[in-house]
Amino acid sequence: MGEMEQLRKEAESLKDEITAARKAVQDLTLQDHVAGTAVVGRVQLKTRKTLRGHLSKIYAVHWGDSKLCVSASQDGKLIVWDSYTTNKVHAIPLKSSWVMTCSYAPSGNMVACGGLDNMCSIYNLKGKDGNVKVMRELAAHTGYLSCCRFLNDNEIITSSGDCTCVLWDIETGSQKTVFAGHLGDCMSLGVAPDFNTFISGACDFTAKLWDIRDGQCRQTFGGHESDINAIGFFPNGNAVITGSDDASCKLYDLRSDQELITYQDSGIMCGVTSLAPSLSGRLILAGYDDFNCNIWDSLKAERVGVLSGHDNRVSCIGVTPDGMACCTGSWDSFLKIWN
Amino acid sequence: MPVINVEDLTDLDKAKMEVTQLKIEVTLERAKVSKCCEEISEYIQSGADEDPLVKGIPEEKNPFKEKGGCVIC
Repeated sequence: MGEMEQLRKEAESLKDEITAARKAVQDLTLQDHVAGTAVVGRVQLKTRKTLRGHLSKIYAVHWGDSKLCVSASQDGKLIVWDSYTTNKVHAIPLKSSWVMTCSYAPSGNMVACGGLDNMCSIYNLKGKDGNVKVMRELAAHTGYLSCCRFLNDNEIITSSGDCTCVLWDIETGSQKTVFAGHLGDCMSLGVAPDFNTFISGACDFTAKLWDIRDGQCRQTFGGHESDINAIGFFPNGNAVITGSDDASCKLYDLRSDQELITYQDSGIMCGVTSLAPSLSGRLILAGYDDFNCNIWDSLKAERVGVLSGHDNRVSCIGVTPDGMACCTGSWDSFLKIWN
Repeated sequence: MPVINVEDLTDLDKAKMEVTQLKIEVTLERAKVSKCCEEISEYIQSGADEDPLVKGIPEEKNPFKEKGGCVIC
């Protein structure tokens, strides 16, 4: 038996063991557990604000706090918005207009973005002379930058079309840790509420949970039948929500290491582009290719609302830290604030 | 730390990586699903009453409400 054949057999046998171990703890399904729970009432959110200013498709939005958010568009700009007044706090011109992601640092001091330039550019919002300048360009990925998230003012995690994620030291511009293991483009990442782990979703149809400090992949979740485009932690940090081109979202529980529920409807046939849980986790808001955003009851897996109003694909979504509103960004060049 | 170029990995390298990773994952301690469901639904139920998108926001408390004037939605 060749080495390749041996390894293949070993992998199959280990996968069977994992499947059996997951089944062994499946003493109940989430559906059974919540059988007596009522579906949450119909959720009807209204557009409260429309943020106008981008001249092209919006690819990403990220809340800094419950008022300020940053958006990235292929018009080559990052805009920091005061969502209460709709004023543009900063309009930052980018070297490369092919941007795919943006992130606001938890401190509010910096924003970052990246895309087809394969780099993550860090901008200091609090420079002495008031001008927003590039502070650092993090270059080493050999594929596009699909997502980035700050841990703090000196560390950021990126995911890339080169199938890896990287933890960077912003000060030195160097890679502290490379997280390799995905066999397809990494499309999205989410950092755990306790900042000890992060999750990545990829075009190999799996989601992986990584230990930030030792670089180890701890868990891998399969089940999706196509690329995972969006991923996020459930608010208590013990579960992960994914959105895929297979038109479904899934909830994976970390402690039992398995999928608990799938959010899908035979009437929905287009891919999920983005998702965000509401403050309590009771609702999952997901953006789709068909220009809508569907609101799911996370426990009962029923659709309880729709956000319609965009004239093109909803590419990104985010809920404010205080849970008071959600923001959708679209290829129609507008951002909308709903509650 | 060098970049790992996934395109440069041979099928054999990838197979070895996969087996190494599976050996780590197979040792995971898994909690009972019933207990996990309990924790998730408890977490949600305890927060759902205060979840603004679930219960709605009174107009005077909504920081995004329109301040006067006519609005065509």
